[in-house]
Amino acid sequence: MSLTLRRPASTAPPAAGARRGKVERQWPLALALLAPAMIVVFGVVLYPMGRTLVLSLVDATSALQTAFSFSGLSNYTALLSDSEFWATVWRTAVFTVFSTAVELAVGLLLAQFLNQRIRGQWFFRSLVVLAWALPTIVSANMWRWILHPEYGALNGLLMNLGLLDSYKDWVGGPTQALFVVALVDAWKTTPLVAILLLASMQTIGDDVYEAAAMDGAGAVRRFLSITIPMLKPAIAVVLVLRTIEAFKVFDIIYIMTRGGPDSGTTTIAFYTYLKAFSNQEFSLGSAAAYLTVLFIFVLSLVYLRMLRTDSGGTA
Amino acid sequence: MHSISRRRLLSLPLVLGAAAALPGCAVSGPSRGSGGSSGPVTLNALFMKQASYSEDDIRGMLAAFQKAHPDITVQPTFVAYEALHDKIVISAPAGTYDVVLIDCIWPAELAGKNMLLDVTDRYQQAWLDDILPGTLGSITYKDRRYGMPWIPGGKIFFYNTRMLKDAGVDETAMSTWDGVLEAARTLKAKKVVEHPLVWSWAHAEAMICDYAQLLGAFGGRFLDDAGKAAFHQGGGLQALEWMRRTLDEGLSAPSSTKLLEDDVKKVVVQGDAAIALNWDYMYSESNDPKQSKIVGELKPAVSPKGPGGQGPAVDGSMGLSVTATSKHPDAAWQLVAFLCGKDNQLQYVERSLPVWNSAYEDPKLTSGAQAPLVAADKAQYGSLIERPQVVQYNAVSQEIQAGLQSCLVGGTPAAQALSDAAAKVDRVIGG
Repeated sequence: MSLTLRRPASTAPPAAGARRGKVERQWPLALALLAPAMIVVFGVVLYPMGRTLVLSLVDATSALQTAFSFSGLSNYTALLSDSEFWATVWRTAVFTVFSTAVELAVGLLLAQFLNQRIRGQWFFRSLVVLAWALPTIVSANMWRWILHPEYGALNGLLMNLGLLDSYKDWVGGPTQALFVVALVDAWKTTPLVAILLLASMQTIGDDVYEAAAMDGAGAVRRFLSITIPMLKPAIAVVLVLRTIEAFKVFDIIYIMTRGGPDSGTTTIAFYTYLKAFSNQEFSLGSAAAYLTVLFIFVLSLVYLRMLRTDSGGTA
Repeated sequence: MHSISRRRLLSLPLVLGAAAALPGCAVSGPSRGSGGSSGPVTLNALFMKQASYSEDDIRGMLAAFQKAHPDITVQPTFVAYEALHDKIVISAPAGTYDVVLIDCIWPAELAGKNMLLDVTDRYQQAWLDDILPGTLGSITYKDRRYGMPWIPGGKIFFYNTRMLKDAGVDETAMSTWDGVLEAARTLKAKKVVEHPLVWSWAHAEAMICDYAQLLGAFGGRFLDDAGKAAFHQGGGLQALEWMRRTLDEGLSAPSSTKLLEDDVKKVVVQGDAAIALNWDYMYSESNDPKQSKIVGELKPAVSPKGPGGQGPAVDGSMGLSVTATSKHPDAAWQLVAFLCGKDNQLQYVERSLPVWNSAYEDPKLTSGAQAPLVAADKAQYGSLIERPQVVQYNAVSQEIQAGLQSCLVGGTPAAQALSDAAAKVDRVIGG
């Protein structure tokens, strides 16, 4: 048996024409309604992006410069051939991998804890969100004082508990400082990760766990075989978001270490800031900013590819 | 009657929005305003919030200025020293500030890039005759003046007399850096204080100040006559080796490589170190019983001498400048002249000494609580060492900071750390 599909008689061309005409009459209204948003997007996104791109291709060395000469890709090649720039890329990568891994691991455990039916659940959830709710400038300053080598609260506490016999410099060496700053970033952002994972965790039905329990699966087995696989899409989203954010880290470093000691915490965003604003090398800074965007774009593509594979091409 | 279609009416916001947005897209150059200050004027001024004059001091000064000039309102902004330069640069295109506080290392860059107003012709000869000559460098570039000096002087050498006495160290040892080293060893050996020396050797400009003072004492130079890096040899190298030695021997607080001047002040006034370099303000705070455990114990002195007999202090003068983009340059200049004026400065001598030579005859300075500091400062004014006066100063400073930290924190041998830094500095200056 064969089927022949025909256009229904009711979808007549005159009606479509009338609709088209109505749409044409309404486009000025639509444009007017969109105009405020378009102006804002142009003003705070498109124009700065375009301006930064132009700056990266010229020789801007003053905030008040009005005439520029075209320098092509020389700013990009200067950066790409600078070992100091690559050192900042490496540090940023270490920071990103370490802080994201800690956030994911601790966030997963926190989400699992917050997903339990326990008394005072609302209290614990509020407590966890507190660190994330603090402005970064506040938490960074707070940790700077807590870890201060001469009068930091952590040293005082550990001395009083008899766990230290003299004050310790927690951000003493360049590598140590990078990991400590990454931990502070993880402390600040883990609650967000936990809340995102918790939201996804709550969509997993109890019946799945009950069936597994009846089959003899213990708590760890249920976590590894049910919770983790079903959280994969949420974990992928968290990874994309946090990797991009961690790669751009600036504020915590500006407050806590200003790139030191021994350049150990000079990440790519801080390096860009130094070039552009401290040294007025606006073109180099702009090129560094675009290279950062390129790195993040590549990372995002990798993650989106992973998402597509895991969710059957729906990413 | 002229009618307007609905389409035109609806497209009006788009046109207006674009018109409003376009001026923001323009690249703004220095404003060429009329400069007149007739009628009410509001000035925006940028200050720093640490060292020297406090926020309260400055607000008090501004209140006095506004009382004398009722048609001028001043809105101050206070930022940390570390943010001051970048704030000046970032705000320049928008012309946010009329008056800015500048450090002596910035005139080459800021004036060289037309960010400051040339006020050479507004100076009176009487001022030039009375202002401490060393402080004029803080606002001068290529023989033109771009503001008025406000905070004079160099880093002062301080030591705790009680601690030296407890260790049996004679104060005459404080006249040379070799003597200081020996005194520190004695203070540590006799357990008077665990780390006798403390410094502001954080990865910041503060470290360059301390290094400059030692470099000068050891007979070094930042740049040679041809403008090439010279700090990696001779006195510059000896100075870094000396710094490293004090850390290796446990004489300097290990945390020194993370501390800024304000941290050093806290360590000293808590009695946790005996010897330090710092700005003037540490002296008055050491004598404030509310925050100090060493009231009456700290003595300001001339910077110790190095092997060549030189003992310069690093120039730390700061000045007030009118920005090139100010829409009210005349009113802004009035404010600068008032704040830097002798009468105003004499009211706040506990926080910063005046830039006027004649002010040092005032009884407040000759016989007041600040007298010992005044004596040290006056003796030091004649031998200040400048940091490199180059347009690319910040980039140069960052390379030297990285070299010094590489040695002090990373353990790179001093010669190698400085040679690497020198090569980078030459690249920066050479373009």
